Formats: sequence, C-alpha cells, structure tokens
Amino acid sequence: MTITVLDAGLLTTVQDRGRHGYAHLGVPRAGALDAAAAALANRLVGNRPDAALLETTMTGASFRAGRAVTLAVTGADCGVRVDGRAAPFAEPVSVRAGAVVVAGPARRGVRSYLALSGGLAVPVVLGSRSTDTLAWVGPPAVRTGDVLPLGPVTGAAAPSDVTVVRVPVGPLRVRRGPRDDWVSARAWEVLTGSAYAVSPDSDRVGMRLAGPALERLDRGELASEGIVLGAVQVPPSGLPLVFLHDHPVTGGYPVIGVVDPADLARCAQARPGDEIRFALR
Amino acid sequence: MGDDALLVELAGADAACSLALWARAHLSAREVVPGARSVLLDGLADPAGAAARLVALRDGPDWPDRRRVEDAGTAEDLVELSTVYDGADLDDVAGRWGCTVAEVVERHTATEFRVAFCGFAPGFAYLSGLPAAWAVGRHADPRTRVPAGAVALADTWCGVYPTASPGGWRLLGRTDAPLWDVTRPRPALLAPGTRVRFVVAR
Repeated sequence: MTITVLDAGLLTTVQDRGRHGYAHLGVPRAGALDAAAAALANRLVGNRPDAALLETTMTGASFRAGRAVTLAVTGADCGVRVDGRAAPFAEPVSVRAGAVVVAGPARRGVRSYLALSGGLAVPVVLGSRSTDTLAWVGPPAVRTGDVLPLGPVTGAAAPSDVTVVRVPVGPLRVRRGPRDDWVSARAWEVLTGSAYAVSPDSDRVGMRLAGPALERLDRGELASEGIVLGAVQVPPSGLPLVFLHDHPVTGGYPVIGVVDPADLARCAQARPGDEIRFALR
Repeated sequence: MGDDALLVELAGADAACSLALWARAHLSAREVVPGARSVLLDGLADPAGAAARLVALRDGPDWPDRRRVEDAGTAEDLVELSTVYDGADLDDVAGRWGCTVAEVVERHTATEFRVAFCGFAPGFAYLSGLPAAWAVGRHADPRTRVPAGAVALADTWCGVYPTASPGGWRLLGRTDAPLWDVTRPRPALLAPGTRVRFVVAR
C-alpha cells in the first residue's frame, strides 16, 4: 500500500537513522536532523526505531493515505488536519483509507516529522532509506504527485508518556578541538561572547551563521581531513558553520570544535534569523 | 574530537591509509575515514581504550609513519583501469612536466597508485603515487562539467570522476570502468587501500 503526496512543500525528504559505515567512500550519513523528534514519531505509531518517515521543512506537506494508517507528527510544532478536521500534534492519529492529511506549516521550528504505521518502504540504499541532499545517495527529495510505498505494520500504536520532546534552549555547548588553535584566542572570546543569527542559506548540510567573523591564524593549508556531525568549521570568511547530517565526509577548513550531540536538535529547528550563542563545555 | 571521535595525525597519505586499515581491523568504530594526513575514527565504542591502543602503537615499531602496517587482505587487490588518453589538459601537463604527451602517458601508466582516501563525491578516490616534483595546480576556473570517468590530476593526486560534476582537476583521459554502483556489495571500485594501475585502452 502507498501514500500519494499532494503537496511536498518547500523540501520534504524520506529519513531514517541514516547511512553508517560508508563515510570512507565519500557517502554522507544523512538521517533525520532532529533525531529525537523522529524517534518519538516512530514510537507513537508503533514503528521500529529505524523506520523511515517524512521530514518536512517550514511549509509542511500533505498526502492521501492509500490504506487505513496510524500517523503521528512531531518536531516543529504545526497544525495537523485529517479530511479538514483538526487532529492532535505528537499523538497517534488513526485515519481511514483515502483520508487527506495536512501537516504544517510550522508555527515554531523548521522540521516536522510525519511517521506512518509500517514506515515508508522506499528501497534501502547502502543500509538506509534516507535522502542525502549533498551526494544524493538514497531516494530523491519527495515531489508533489509521488507515490510512496508503506511497509507492513510491525507494532501497535503506543501513546507515550513523553509526547513533547523539548528542544534545548541556551547556548550550543561546544567541545574544543581538533583545530582549536587555528583561530586566535580572541576568536574564542568572540565565538562564546557573541550573538550569531542563523543564515537563510542554512540547510541539511550545515547551519550557516551571520555575525562577527573569527580571526584565523595563518597556519598554511590544512590537508583534507574527516568531519564529524556537529563540527564547527571556520572557512576563510571567518564565519563559523555547524555541520549537520548531510555534511561532506572530509573538508579542508579547520574544525575548531564540536557541538554537543544533545544540542543538534536545536540546530535542526533554528529558523533563519534565530539567535545562536556558543558556550564551551 | 567531540564525544566519541579521535582524529589521528600522520606524516602522509600512505601512512594514513595504512593506519585506517589497522584501525578497521583492531578498533570498534562506526566510521574509519582516512584523510590526506590523518585518520578520523568516529563513533568509537571505547574512545579512551582506542586512544590507549593508538598511543601504544605510536610508541612501538609498527607505527605507519615508520613502517607500513600489514594491510588487510582484499583491500590490496590491484585494479587496472583501461584508459583512453585524450584529455583536454594533456598538452598542458606535458608542458608542466617538461616532457612530451607520449611521455606523460608513459609516466602515468608506469606509476602504481594507491587509493589514499575518498571524498568530494561518493566513490571519488584520491590516488597517491606521483612524486612531488610532478605536482600540478588545479585550474583557477574549474570546468562547469567534467564527464564521468575522467582521469585527472591535481597536486600530486590522481583521481577519476565517478559521476559528471564540476571540477578543477587537469584532465588526462577517460575510463569506462564502473567506479560507483550502490547495488554492489562493494559500491566503490576504488576504496582506501586499493592499488591502481592505468593501462592504455586498446
């Protein structure tokens, strides 16, 4: 059975927990940017934690269910409507075959997660169903009119005790290194003492920032080296960026620190213009 | 690096590649990513234990900066890439190397390369093996489209474009070897550690 996408919105992708073990071949990890929200959506509809779901961006998305299905919407707070009637956010909702489901637009945050019982059964590529928007391994971005297969239901819907995943507030906690000495001591004061604004060109690859530039020290050219999720990279512009799930596997600009994994959901849900601060762990 | 990653620095690409093969065999990491002079170990089950083993290796006789670590079996397969030498930058490279085009082909086919690391795109391998004296700069203005299979040079690296993409490397020729196929058990023909020779296509 399937769902038919009626409106894919700004950017809707299929995501699961990502593609692991292929970084050495140049394949990004991909996977849901707000991993906790995605995990909650799957739990609510009785899916396995690695089931594939939809990740929407700002505008949300709508679809028609080809069979009776249980769905849950989590992540960026948004309205949920089934056949024109309001349905709860972050709770399991049973819909009939043929029902039209609209989730979005987001009231707060950026990325909502729409899990369906059985999960989306698009083909597995290198161990994952995730779309990777950098190298385009995995399925293409979802387009209006797409028909996406549903998998067999694996468990009963489970109303959860904890249905609100709190996106952490406060500064992004950064652990220094490995190239923390490629910027000046003053740069670290600037990084931890300034307000940055999320830039509109932020995407699944990275959260780009506007604000005071960091002074780089002249240490020649850095040989290309591996990058981790949450890496804070300082390109020649001096404007730091935080790498998210579709980050390149290697890079030649210094990574001066790494954001605490618990704070990545904050990056996933930060809107252009939102204030971002950094603090050392 | 972060909570569960280590970045290990080495003297060069071959040492990094050797250490990556050692790490794959001896450490429990989600990703082992060699770079040009480093190896990233990400998603380590036991970062402190891994660090201790690396320090012990560094202080012993087998650290790859001093001695090549025994490589893991299949990565040492030799791949031959049948290549048509008709690249747009052949004359340019001959000029830089101070030789004829025929000699560029001779030197390129006489070199045994080794995949040091992958990056830029899935299956794009950075092949080491050329001496420093033959380093060539990248184009200041990258081409907007380099075709799939293009065999090219940048610095002392040789690379083969697995898919068409923009690129600033200097083009020597082309191969139709299947470099990247996600349906294969080993999707990249050229994975870190693989030895590579180019042969003139008949």
